[in-house]
Amino acid sequence: MADIQVPVLGDPAERATPALTPGAMSGSKPYVAQAVHQQPLGFAGELPEDWQAKALGRMGELLGKYRSLQVFMDICVKCGACTDKCHYFIGTGDPKNMPVARQDLFRSVYRRYFTPAGKALGAVGLGSLVGAKEFTRELLDEWFNYFHQCSQCRRCSVFCPYGIDTAEVSMAARDVMNHIGMGHKYANEIIGKVHKIGNNLGLPGPALIDTLEGLEEDVKDETGQDVRFPIDVEGAEVLLVTPSADFFAEPHVLGLIGYAKVFHAAGISWTLSSKASEAGNFGMFIGNYEQMRKISMRIREAAQELKVKRIVFGECGHAWRVAYSFLNTLAGPWDFLDPRYPVPQHILEVTNGLIQRQGIKLDKSGNDGMVLTVHDSCNVARASRMGDCPGGQFTIPRDVIRASVPKFVDMHPDTTHEKTFCCGGGGGLLTDELMDLRVKGSKPRMEALKDVIDREGVTHMAAMCAICKAQFTKILPIYGYDREMVVSVHQLVSNAIVLGNND
Amino acid sequence: MTTLFAILFYTAFAVLLAGLGIKIAQYARTPAPLKIPTTPAPLTASGVAFRMGREVVLFESLFKSNKPLWIFAVLFHLGLFVVLARHLRYFQEPVWFPVALIQPFGLYGGLAMVGGLALLALRRVVLARIAYITAPSDFLMLALLLGIGVTGLGMTTLAHTDIIAVKAFFLGLLRFDPQPLPGDPALLVHLALVAVLMIVFPFSKLLHAPGVFFSPTRNQTDNPRERRHLSAWAAKLEMGKLESGRN
Repeated sequence: MADIQVPVLGDPAERATPALTPGAMSGSKPYVAQAVHQQPLGFAGELPEDWQAKALGRMGELLGKYRSLQVFMDICVKCGACTDKCHYFIGTGDPKNMPVARQDLFRSVYRRYFTPAGKALGAVGLGSLVGAKEFTRELLDEWFNYFHQCSQCRRCSVFCPYGIDTAEVSMAARDVMNHIGMGHKYANEIIGKVHKIGNNLGLPGPALIDTLEGLEEDVKDETGQDVRFPIDVEGAEVLLVTPSADFFAEPHVLGLIGYAKVFHAAGISWTLSSKASEAGNFGMFIGNYEQMRKISMRIREAAQELKVKRIVFGECGHAWRVAYSFLNTLAGPWDFLDPRYPVPQHILEVTNGLIQRQGIKLDKSGNDGMVLTVHDSCNVARASRMGDCPGGQFTIPRDVIRASVPKFVDMHPDTTHEKTFCCGGGGGLLTDELMDLRVKGSKPRMEALKDVIDREGVTHMAAMCAICKAQFTKILPIYGYDREMVVSVHQLVSNAIVLGNND
Repeated sequence: MTTLFAILFYTAFAVLLAGLGIKIAQYARTPAPLKIPTTPAPLTASGVAFRMGREVVLFESLFKSNKPLWIFAVLFHLGLFVVLARHLRYFQEPVWFPVALIQPFGLYGGLAMVGGLALLALRRVVLARIAYITAPSDFLMLALLLGIGVTGLGMTTLAHTDIIAVKAFFLGLLRFDPQPLPGDPALLVHLALVAVLMIVFPFSKLLHAPGVFFSPTRNQTDNPRERRHLSAWAAKLEMGKLESGRN
């Protein structure tokens, strides 16, 4: 692990932008995937001699398949509106972490090999006049480093006058690199585990059943209630698909207990699936439609095999993007499910609906002494929705939290809702060798959090994403805070929900 | 000189038309396989049209992003719009009433355009972040537009040209019967730069003008759960592998 430099936290209202420090993060990169992780996914095992031709071939294919990529390559005017918006730039000062500069690593190759001006000028060595560059090995290495310093959070795209989304470019770049044997070990190893075992953490069925039985006992001890954690139950109403971290990591598992209590209290029969024991879909991080589809099809198969009527997703940011925005495309149509419910639903939509019509009862005293704020997850905030209205992804989690805790305050408005900052570990970067980047990238969020801790006495920050929860659990102590400050939204529901017949 | 400029403008117009046509057809034909609107996004097509309208007319996202840049960009684009609209008079007889109406604002439009361009250029020199992302072509584009604006303003204020003859030249071009073009240097430079701009347009970042309408993050409706969105190539992929997921 690289040396970690902890940034000094300032005032979020000042929106300080760092001075440019070229090369500050030029050494930051994840491990390259080995053939054993590459080949099962159909990717090249290692960099071939003719990597450049292969990479350009794949680029051409993607440009023809994705309007986003083709249009974004052409229309950037280099206005710089995005330059101070990326958390990795704010945290590192490395100019190549400015969204437009990151895109330009890709765009310079596009201009050189795919545009008339770049081809003509590039052929006589004048490509730099129009921002065209030869695709050299050095540039490829920069691709690997800097496209793995993007968490695909889409904050830049909110501020771009043309909606150019660096996430689309970084996904395309990662896909090109996978096709020439320059994959990202962490992501591809995890995708392998999903295919082989069923979830990102490689938790086999028997261990899962064991864990769930343990949870039933724990909840029984704590509440005296027989709250079930069913798995592979045919004919259940709801199939719950949740990130596998929910099965044992803290605070994730406390959220899972919350979901179970909600279903229990509302009398909704539900089940997990050992086949689809993972909501996450790292196929998105590597920009590969086929992988994303293959991972999504497990959920379709599980839903059909278990003959459920509804599909509900647990708290996970990128999983919710794939679920909400892509699942119908990738694994639909869902005509065999109950048409009265959207497919899929978010657990927060379910819980919020139950609170609204008093299908469950909450007692805020269960969270006495806590002052909450909430971290909007990037993929929930800018790439999906909850509920019936635009922006439901902001109001519904807040409504559920407010109903569960005595006091709630929002962080600085530049850091919430559609302007939320990534936790610093999204987009497949939640790996130890990138810890320095993760710490620096969390700076804008930590500044905003420190601000409400100091001014409002905030004690906890709720998160609705497995990656955010894991990231903050690691990052908070590095900034001098308690790792238990980050909580699951449904952990708060779990503490507040009234079970049994005592109403 | 008249023949030279006639050929130049016919060529420039053909390149602009064909180039833009090819790019727009490419954008329209390239599929968008996934729903990727930047949310919160409108739930209906009319909502999307309204969002796109705000983006194109008011530069809404830029306003969120950077107020000084927004002011510079509005100055330039609004000025350019007024100037372009005012120039319609060179291509029509009789002149449309709205075009006649805005004639008095031409000078202000020109000043706004040139002022905006100068400020945009200054940013590229002064601000370290913007200087870092600027390529020579970015300056060339600004220089081209500044050249057009300054020569135009020059003819409006200092060195007037025979605009009756200029109009006759362009009306002649439209009828494939070119009339003599006045030989004033300012006019010839002005027109030559305009022709260059037309030729460069489809090969440059000026494609942002048609391109923004094709940006999936801004032109998609937020309704993925209600309507299944499937691109042609993804459907083909499904046909090949469908068996696995269906009973």
